[in-house]
Amino acid sequence: MIRFRLEQRDHTPVWLNFILPVSAILAALIICGGLIALAGANVLTAYATLFLSAVSTRFALVETWVKATPLIFTGLAVTVAFRAKFWNIGAEGQLLAGAMAAAFIGARPGLPGWSLIPGMILAGGLAGAFWAAVPAYLKTRFKVDDVVTTLLLNFIIFYAMMALLEGPWKDPLSGYPDSPDIRMEAEFPILLRATRLHLGVLMAVLATPLVWILMRHTALGFKINAVGENARAARYAGLNITAVMIITAVISGALAGLAGVSEVAGIHFQVMAGISPGYGYTGIVIAMLARLNPLGIIPAAFFFAVIITGAEAMSRATGVPVFLADVIQGTALVTMLVALLFNQYRLRWNRTA
Amino acid sequence: MSEILAQIFQIGFFTALIRIATPLIFGTLGELFAERSGVLNLGIEGIMMLAAMTGFSTTYFTGNLWLGVLTAIATGMIAGLLMGLLTVSLGLSQHVSGIGTTLLCSGLSFFFYRLIFKQSSSIPKIVAFKTVPLPLLSKIPVIGPIFFNQFALVYIAIAIVPISAYILYHTPWGLNLRTVGENPLAADSAGVNVHRVRYQALLISGALMGLAGAFLSMAQFNAYTFGVISGRGWVCIALIVFGQWSPWKSAAGAILFAFIDALQLRLQASSLINLPYQIFLMMPFVLTIIGMAIVSRNARAPAALLQPFRKEER
Repeated sequence: MIRFRLEQRDHTPVWLNFILPVSAILAALIICGGLIALAGANVLTAYATLFLSAVSTRFALVETWVKATPLIFTGLAVTVAFRAKFWNIGAEGQLLAGAMAAAFIGARPGLPGWSLIPGMILAGGLAGAFWAAVPAYLKTRFKVDDVVTTLLLNFIIFYAMMALLEGPWKDPLSGYPDSPDIRMEAEFPILLRATRLHLGVLMAVLATPLVWILMRHTALGFKINAVGENARAARYAGLNITAVMIITAVISGALAGLAGVSEVAGIHFQVMAGISPGYGYTGIVIAMLARLNPLGIIPAAFFFAVIITGAEAMSRATGVPVFLADVIQGTALVTMLVALLFNQYRLRWNRTA
Repeated sequence: MSEILAQIFQIGFFTALIRIATPLIFGTLGELFAERSGVLNLGIEGIMMLAAMTGFSTTYFTGNLWLGVLTAIATGMIAGLLMGLLTVSLGLSQHVSGIGTTLLCSGLSFFFYRLIFKQSSSIPKIVAFKTVPLPLLSKIPVIGPIFFNQFALVYIAIAIVPISAYILYHTPWGLNLRTVGENPLAADSAGVNVHRVRYQALLISGALMGLAGAFLSMAQFNAYTFGVISGRGWVCIALIVFGQWSPWKSAAGAILFAFIDALQLRLQASSLINLPYQIFLMMPFVLTIIGMAIVSRNARAPAALLQPFRKEER
């Protein structure tokens, strides 16, 4: 009879960094394959459509990178926050804050044209940072649980945004609750002719190594990690936990805010109700699959961009509901969590009589 | 001024208040059982969504409301088992497990709703629960129509508060549950199976969250929409902090929140204050955060909350 047990590992081998997320994703895809079969479609055909449609043509590939851009930003935002165990579930709201600030600045007629793009980036980053600093302040000053406040603030800013869009901020020329378009000079330049590959994509790709350097090779990154690993020890070591926590929130929120800036300046040129179909929440899944390592964010974000864009093509072709993408995200987060166990433990097979 | 007050605080206002409070009471008490055993169940929002969907769908096809309620309860319990597997058996991060459960359950609810009902122009509807006036009691002036001419699920919610308090504070199992949440090591030494108690708590937690979802899609409304929960689950987690992990105080918190919510609905409907309706929708959330800022400093969560229990690590 073969029996197995879990045994504590002495050290974590490097190859696990790749094997764990890949097996978690495979497990999630197998589990969700059951749902595709339930929906009456051929599992392999559906997955083939999903994955190929997102990468098979040059145009589709570029679109997938465009879709990955806000996810890279929110994934980085969550990574920085979770490293300090600041449970920022509010990247969604911080994204909206950034988008609103960007759309507001980008549409100002009085500003010189050259100042619009830097102004939008600055204002959007600051708005996101502010919206994350509020729960961090409440956490450090009043011990208010950050999970609840970041979540509730998502709803608050969404309602505030809709109140503005259906009221004073509504574009008089539009039949929908949309903000007025930003000025031509405020639109992010296109990096590849006849595509939507805009400056924001480059910004996201460049932000990733910067965040990695910040977390790995700066004193601040060291402090953020120290607070997350053992806040009490960090305090005894003389760290100002409050300051570290708020700076973490500011960086995290600014990154999420940039996701909003990039969507406004690169894609939509305005703010509307559906500006974020949950990018902030997907950022959590991405950050966990990347094992809170900034360098893992790009592949993880690209993968979920494939899932999100591919699911629409799959749904059109096979009739499987497009919400399969949401289920895959949730399942992948759960399977990744389970996979992380193998970070600490390994299976030992024992052959017994 | 008194005219305005009279316009707002009619009997209908309080009837609505109790109805708004009902899913919050279910959800809050569900979360309470989990947290008192030491597990933060952040799956609540998704579990409520999924249960609202399964309960509604069952009733849609069978025409049987109570079968729908049972399905919603079962759905919640299965999700509770998932939370147990992740946080109790495997000892994984309760924060991330809960968020994973919420994402998974909300995804499943969207997926299956679309699979079952396809995309159609008309929203599928059921014949929802009707109010059941209690004999004699509903005839009492003022109190009667507010408390005793309600949905059956409202009576269940009202009854569950004292029942939960009794179970928690006056039964051996309740003592075990609280000990497991405060000091699992001591509970283990006393022969209590910590994992089993936490699983039981998560099953109860899921069942009550299931009831919360069922109430929303089958009594409060007669349809399932993607926004049917819209943050109510997260509010329940705040209400527990507000209620200092006590069933009575948490239920009182639910009533207080419902009061604010009913008030904003009234103000929205009246033309007393001319503001966009979203500002009113936002109000209860803002006040929740302010309320938490006031009480959180003195809040004392169960000591073992967020701590996995691994026997071999003693």
